Amino acid sequence: MNMPFYVAPEQVMKDRADYARKGIARGRALVAVRYVDGIAMVAENSSATLRKISEIYDRIAFAGVGRYNEFDQLRVAGVRAADLKGFQYSRDDVDARSLANQYAQILGQIFTHEMKPMEVEILVAEVGQEPAGDQMFHINYDGTVVDQRERAVLGGDAAAISTRVAETFGDRDGDALDLASAVSGAVTALSTPERSIPAAELEVALLVRGDSRRCFRRLSDDEVIAIIGAGNGAPAAKT
Amino acid sequence: MTIPMFKPGDDPGSSFPELLRRLGSVPAVPAGDAASLGSVPHATTCVAVRFADGVVMAGDRRATAGNFISHRSMEKVEEADRHSAVAIAGAAGPAMEMVKLFQLQLEHYEKVEGTPLSLEGKANQLSMMIRGNLGAAMQGMAVVPIFGGYDLRRATGRVWDFDVTGGRYEEKEYVATGSGSLHAGTVIKLGYSADQDRDQAIELVCRALWEAADADSATGGPDALRGIYPVVAQITVDGFSRVADDELAARYQVIAEAVRGRS
Repeated sequence: MNMPFYVAPEQVMKDRADYARKGIARGRALVAVRYVDGIAMVAENSSATLRKISEIYDRIAFAGVGRYNEFDQLRVAGVRAADLKGFQYSRDDVDARSLANQYAQILGQIFTHEMKPMEVEILVAEVGQEPAGDQMFHINYDGTVVDQRERAVLGGDAAAISTRVAETFGDRDGDALDLASAVSGAVTALSTPERSIPAAELEVALLVRGDSRRCFRRLSDDEVIAIIGAGNGAPAAKT
Repeated sequence: MTIPMFKPGDDPGSSFPELLRRLGSVPAVPAGDAASLGSVPHATTCVAVRFADGVVMAGDRRATAGNFISHRSMEKVEEADRHSAVAIAGAAGPAMEMVKLFQLQLEHYEKVEGTPLSLEGKANQLSMMIRGNLGAAMQGMAVVPIFGGYDLRRATGRVWDFDVTGGRYEEKEYVATGSGSLHAGTVIKLGYSADQDRDQAIELVCRALWEAADADSATGGPDALRGIYPVVAQITVDGFSRVADDELAARYQVIAEAVRGRS
């Protein structure tokens, strides 16, 4: 019988984390920003059909970066969990926090017990009836959950993008941001000084606090162009 | 409750009923004779009519258990999704459950697949749900819905009726279901024209339900005393919307005057 070599648990975890981080860093990033009417999510995505941002439930959206097949599997599982809960209890009982915890359990379980960790970072966002109820949960490949009130950055190059997010928005509260400045600010943060992102390579979706039951909405390329154009671009958003 | 995860070969796909089955949370069809339950609430007359811009669907508000009126303000016409509606007749409990599951399935499919089902696909889904209820139907818990909506691909309104075994029949003009469907259907048949507008279609279904309530004890008429009017909805390219009670009250006022004038 072959005896496996002893590898320190620290080393195993570090290798897995490095592996996952490398996978995530290969993909493009995503920024979510709270604005006065809800939450805007902006991703760099060259595909017009394979989505990074999608609807989970009436007030909840999902966003993923990293390996598409892995976060899409998580997305579908989330839709199932939410629909099941709403069916068995009530639509009002479905909430982002519980869903985020379940995602964290799954990602944590896979990170420690499977051969390969999931190379994903996901965001579960919920728009409240009132602005105070807006929530964003950022869940990492290893199952760590961070709740973020105003803005979230996911994906490769997150550190640089976070810096630009901070530069763009400063400490402005989401209640004081309109849609145009939220989206154009997020686009500014995703672009680098050397590289701007055309509207066709942006995926923008919103959770809009409003009268309709389903709050999730995608913006078309034309709408994005109208907003980026109207939103004074990057420099003005700093004011 | 934990997030349901499946292996690729074992995945229930975009079907919510199939997901429920995989998780074992579908109640078993009860054995034995449902007659021993006594009479359970039954819902009755619903109609759907095509008009130039889509479909108008309407249903009365009464549910009966035997000769007892069990509900006066039941809503039998429901929005299935943005561009379709479903109306039910039959055993009220299973029917409401079926509508709830149907609405959820359309939304579930749309979210999982990222695109809504075609109108034909929705009708087919409903047909399979009725087929699934056959065991209960044979014990007297039959559910017979009608379905209608605006087909965005063909740019026209379409209506379907079903039989208790899940048979699915698309009609060109109108469909009716429930105990008053004979009377309501006759009124619509006599007044129907293919190019009628929204107002004419609403007028026609209001009249149809009036006559059904007049001749069928299980169909409720407009209840001006309590302000309960049939549920009437239109589905056009702009989606589903309910016709306001004020408009229905005015229309029934006119119908009542006309009936008074007959004698």
